[in-house]
Parts: sequence; C-alpha cells; structure tokens
Amino acid sequence: MNRTRRRKAFSGIVVFLCGAAVFLALIPLFFVFGYVIEKGFSSLSWDFFTRMPKPVGEPGGGMANAMVGTVYLIVIAGAFAVPVGVIAGVYLTEYGKKTFGSLVRFTADVLNGVPSIVIGIFAYGLAVLPVKHFSALAGGLALGFMMIPIITRTTEELLNLVPGTLREGALALGATRARAAFSVMVPAALPGIMTGVLVALARIAGETAPLLFTAFNNRYFSTSLVQPISSLPVQIYTYAVSPYEDWHRQAWAGALVLVGFVFVFSVLARVVTRRLERMHRA
Amino acid sequence: MSETVVSEMETSAGGPAPGAEPTSAAAVSSLAGRKIRMESKRLNFHYGPKQALWDISLQIPEKTVTAFIGPSGCGKSTFLRCLNRMNDIIPDTRVEGDVLLDGNDIYGPGTDIVDLRRRVGMVFQKSNPFPKSIFENVAYGLKINGLASRGEMPERVEKALRRAALWDEVKDRLDASAMGLSGGQQQRLCIARAVAVEPEVLLMDEPCSALDPIATGKVEELIHELQREFTIVIVTHNMQQAARVSEFTAFFMLGRLVEHDRTEKLFTNPGQKITEDYITGRFG
Repeated sequence: MNRTRRRKAFSGIVVFLCGAAVFLALIPLFFVFGYVIEKGFSSLSWDFFTRMPKPVGEPGGGMANAMVGTVYLIVIAGAFAVPVGVIAGVYLTEYGKKTFGSLVRFTADVLNGVPSIVIGIFAYGLAVLPVKHFSALAGGLALGFMMIPIITRTTEELLNLVPGTLREGALALGATRARAAFSVMVPAALPGIMTGVLVALARIAGETAPLLFTAFNNRYFSTSLVQPISSLPVQIYTYAVSPYEDWHRQAWAGALVLVGFVFVFSVLARVVTRRLERMHRA
Repeated sequence: MSETVVSEMETSAGGPAPGAEPTSAAAVSSLAGRKIRMESKRLNFHYGPKQALWDISLQIPEKTVTAFIGPSGCGKSTFLRCLNRMNDIIPDTRVEGDVLLDGNDIYGPGTDIVDLRRRVGMVFQKSNPFPKSIFENVAYGLKINGLASRGEMPERVEKALRRAALWDEVKDRLDASAMGLSGGQQQRLCIARAVAVEPEVLLMDEPCSALDPIATGKVEELIHELQREFTIVIVTHNMQQAARVSEFTAFFMLGRLVEHDRTEKLFTNPGQKITEDYITGRFG
C-alpha cells in the first residue's frame, strides 16, 4: 500500500516536471512573439509594405524593397539548393550505404552545423571576390549552401521511410534503379520532402550573417541578379544599430513582418504535408 | 536448352536434406515431354557468410503453375527471387550455378537485367501499389519499358485489368488513387501491373498471405486463369493452396530441394518421408 502511494507520488512529480519543462520551453516563444507584436504592430502601415525607405529625418517610408529582396533571395537559394539537396538525398538512400555515403552524410551534418557567418565568408570568396561586386546571386548562393544539407538529410530520412517493397515493385517491372527512385520513391516521399524544403526555407529566411557581405544591402528597389539587394534581416539589422528613433520603430515592424514570413512558411509546410498525404492515402 | 529432358534432373539432383533420400525419379518422369521455361542448375546462394540455398536444380515447365512449399526460412522465397535476380539489390549476396530462361543463363554476362525483369514478372507478399492512380499503376511498366504509346495505353491498361479480373470493379475510377482499394483489390492490381508488360514467367511470393479467404479465392481463381498464358511460380505457406492451384510442387527444407513432383503425387504419395511429415503437419 505504502509502496503504491510512493509510486503514484513519484509519477505525479515526473508529470509535473514534464509540464514545467514544456512551459519553460514555450515562454521564450511567447515573449518573442508578444514583444515583436507589441513593438512592431504600431509601426505597421500600408506604406510600410509598399514604400521605399526614406532618408533619415523624413517620416514614413517602408521596406518594400527589402521584402521583395528577401523573397528574391529565397527563390535564388531554393532554385539550386532544392534540386541539389533532393538528388543528393536520393543518392544517399539508393547508393550511399557504403563508406562514401557515410562520408557524405557526415559532411552534410558538419555543413549543417557550420556557423552561418562562415558560410557567408565562403560565398563571399566564391561569388563576390572574383567579380569584386556584391550581388543578389552571391546572397542566394550563401543561403542555398545552408539549405542543401537540411534538404539532403530530410530527403534521405523520408526516402528511408518509404517501404522498400515499392522499390522492388518498380524494379520487378523492369525499372532501373534510378528510374525506380525518381518515378516511385521520390513521389511517395514527396509530402515529407516538401515539408523539409519549407522548413529549410523558413530557416534561412531570417538569416542575416551570410548576407552581410554577399547580397549586402540596397537602398533602392532592385531585381538584378548582379546588383546588391536588400533583405529584411539586413535591413532590420541596419536600422536597429542606427541611432535614429524612427528607424528603430521601422526595425520592429520589419521584425514583425519577418516573423510573420517564417510563420506562414511553417503553416504552409503543415498544410501542404497534410494535403499531399491525404492524396496518397486516398 | 529449353527442351531439356528431365533425366538431367536426376543426375544433378539437389543435395538431400538431412535424413532425406535424393530426389526421387518420379519427378523426372512426370516432367517428361513438357517444355521447360526456366531451369536452375546446381544453384547455391549466400547471404554474406551464410549459405541459404544448397545445390538447387529445378525445372519449371511452361504455362502451368509450380508451387514452392516448405517451412519458414527454408529458402523458397530466396530461390524465387533468384529467378528474376531480385536478390541483386541485397548487398553482400552471392550466387553460384546457373539459372536458365529459355536456355540462356540469366546470371551470364550478356544478360540485361532490366529486360530479364520485364520477362520474369513478380508479385509480392504484401501488395505494393505505387501511390499513384490505378491507371498509372498499370501503365507504369508499359511506360518505362516503352511498350505502348500514349494512345495505346488505355487499351493496354484495360486489357491488363480485365486479365486480373479487376476491370469491372475499377473501370469507373481509374484516376482514383490505388491506395484506396481494398487489400484484395490492391493485390489484383499488382497482378494486373505485372501482366501488363506481358512477362513470360510470373513469380508470386505468398500473394495471398495478407488476404482474407474471399480475396484469396479470387486471386486463386485468377492464377488458374492466368496459367493458360503465363508460366507461374508461386511460393505459399498454405498447403491447401498449393494443392488447389498448382500442377507441380517443389518442397524445400533447410535450403535444399527435397522433392519436386506433380502436385497430386507429392501430396498423396510423397517420395520422401520428410515430405510426408511436413504435409501431414507433423512438424513445421
């Protein structure tokens, strides 16, 4: 009897500790959200989304160029990181069971852990130094390098979850290994792969460090690949470290928009996954 | 080679299972005169250091059903998968000996494995429809092998689905996902998918083990129909099923072929004591 009571008490304590841990884990999230909304919402206006930055001292103005720039950079990054990452993931699943595969896997994990500023320096050396010019391309490259390991590893993990009997079914019909991978395995894992891609996008959307000396910044509206381009994180950073009160307010508004961006990506990831999964189950 | 006379089987008969006599001569005479579609000669198979098949020599006559029976782990599925080289994708496996399809060694250097698998189709234990539409599932093999143009596709898909006795059930929802079919329908879809590419041999690895008795009955009926056009090899745990659907039965035990004979003979008057023990349920 006594023993039972002790066990129940112990169980209660553990449940309480779990709840407390969850609470502690969520507090920062709520504070960040709350603070950003509180500070940023008042500065949000239609102009903020549609207008260009104004010189110091002139009231108003917005971050239209930075928002478009961020989308632009994400598209450039995704355009090469998604195919490279997915194909590398297919390689790891289908052919990477030996030493070289482990090496690739390890390298991807290390690359994933490399500080983003280092990635920025690498992209600087690769795409800025040779042409002696900051560019949107260099910024997209830096962000793409950060996406590749995430997409590679998610793709691999999700392909491993697809029943091997599907691969065998395709091979038994006379498919080559590559054909089976791309016509059966990848489509079967597509909901998860899409999620991985969107998570990777959400992850890099807010990166500042890799853009500081690749995409740099631009006071003007630009959609040129070879010109510097503005982005929300860099714009926020620039405004936040300035001494002007008005710019600080704009920085908060920008932060709110950026958080909103990432939030939308995350929700989108969920919705897309659900929808595709439902299609597969029919 | 395809007309190999069965006396060869006697001379190259598989090593006997412990306590069993060599393959009986009865198997030989019963196959005489039949055209042989596939044949294995002294086949050994290894998973890494572990040998799974010992010295299997077996002939598979065309346009009929041959059943493989035996206790779990006896090598019948492994042997089946040797017939379309499906074991190739498992790392660290090794094959010795020959497997002939129409007299040509499928493990020989001239073999195109993609073509081989087109000619020797396979249906798996667990139905494995692709997460695509019903139509796309059946069209898959035709498409990747370039066997039908886009225009011919609907006709070929319908023909395959009719052969698999599935057409009437799915004709109104060809564009629906194959995952929405019942287990039995899914398995018949996999059979339709396999017969669509017009294979010569159809390998079935326990195709009914996940199905209820009614679905099983349908698949068995289907097998009975398909043997008119295809050479069928079926692995089964269910001895009644072997007795119902097959003309020939091979009994495997501990990686060896113990006995291969007409199904009727093997079940009513087995040549080996160990076969009798197994089919009467004394072990396994």
